[in-house]
Amino acid sequence: MATARFASFRLIAEDLSLERGGRKLLAHVDLALESGQALAITGANGAGKSTMLRALAGLLPPAQGRVRLVGAPDEDVASHAHYVGHLDASKPTLTARENLVFWQAMLSLREWRTALTPQDALARLGLPHVADLPVGYLSAGQKRRVGLARLLLAPRPLWLLDEPTTALDRAAQAIFAGCMRDHLAEGGIIVAATHAPLGIDAQHLELGAPQAALAAPQAALT
Amino acid sequence: MKRTGPLAALFLREIRVARRIGGGGAMGVMFFLALVTIVPFAVGPDLNLLSRIGPAILWIAALLATLLGLDRLFQADHEDGSLDLLLSADTPLELVVLVKCLAHWTATGLPLVVAAPLFGFMLAQEPAAMAALAVSLLVGTPALAMIGAIGAALTVTLRRGGLLMAILILPLAIPILIFGVSAASAATSATTPFVTPFLILCALSLAALALAPFAAAAALRHMSE
Repeated sequence: MATARFASFRLIAEDLSLERGGRKLLAHVDLALESGQALAITGANGAGKSTMLRALAGLLPPAQGRVRLVGAPDEDVASHAHYVGHLDASKPTLTARENLVFWQAMLSLREWRTALTPQDALARLGLPHVADLPVGYLSAGQKRRVGLARLLLAPRPLWLLDEPTTALDRAAQAIFAGCMRDHLAEGGIIVAATHAPLGIDAQHLELGAPQAALAAPQAALT
Repeated sequence: MKRTGPLAALFLREIRVARRIGGGGAMGVMFFLALVTIVPFAVGPDLNLLSRIGPAILWIAALLATLLGLDRLFQADHEDGSLDLLLSADTPLELVVLVKCLAHWTATGLPLVVAAPLFGFMLAQEPAAMAALAVSLLVGTPALAMIGAIGAALTVTLRRGGLLMAILILPLAIPILIFGVSAASAATSATTPFVTPFLILCALSLAALALAPFAAAAALRHMSE
């Protein structure tokens, strides 16, 4: 693989403030990550880790501040980021291969056409034998790995990972840490919310406990 | 390796999912059949009456059968996390909505169009009336699916949103119903022409195809924040 194919990207968040259901989760956070750097976001349950990742992915408009990916067209983050949330975005009735072929077509960018095939991506994550099984039959850890295979199918410089190693066994965690190291070596950027150690060199951001959590929970969760 | 474009891949995926869950089109056709079957029991075996109200019954049945399953159009993607990725994909969300609707129509609406003339026999329809009915459904059901997509997008985060979706979109479907039924029943009546209501139906359908994706995409963006 070419080294540093994602050189010269920078993820910058300026004065980022986030609200969820009317309560403030994050106030005036500044972030700057260069190519090849990783950031691990930790914090108690409800501290705003997932909210922050969704805001970085452009899925949640920030209450204040902005997020930019320098090096991407229009500095737009969403078009050059992979977002892996709690859900795996796989259809249970389709096979792992069918799911991944679809996401490869949907998420591939013109700049980086060379990528692993679905079969190779599954093999890289230690699941060479499940490609033709419906995802509904797979275990939680296997489903997770099918979801993570997306990262390898469609090269994008920024990975936004929400608890990426949930349900993964120790061997799979080591394999995935290897994938993350490869991505950083190519010049990619990783931001991961996590409780467990990721197995890569990463900067650290600890989100504080939610001070306003005791205030009236008037906002219904949608 | 040649890769399919994102929209072709999306269409293929939607068709596959529809075919593997609950038989897709077959379920809608069975529901259509059930609705058409109970009408003669309710209004009695008067063949003249049945043949007069037949087009209206078939259109109402097609409308209700189209609604069936439409509430899952975006909800399923919302629940498994796909919607987040579709929202932030490079492909414009409006096109994603359009392709999802077309796939939904191909899987569930097209079988209704094919089955409608057969079910017309049960309501004492003449061959000319059945042809007019099939053509009017062919033009009108895509519009129903497109308008339904707006309701499906608005109720995407609601767990039991199907009923609310029906309440939201049935009023919007009234113009299509009016011109669809008048085109379908024109074939047997001497007073009304076929072409006039049919062309208005075509116009409504084209307008829905052009405008509904924007409305549904805006609703999806708003609801998923």
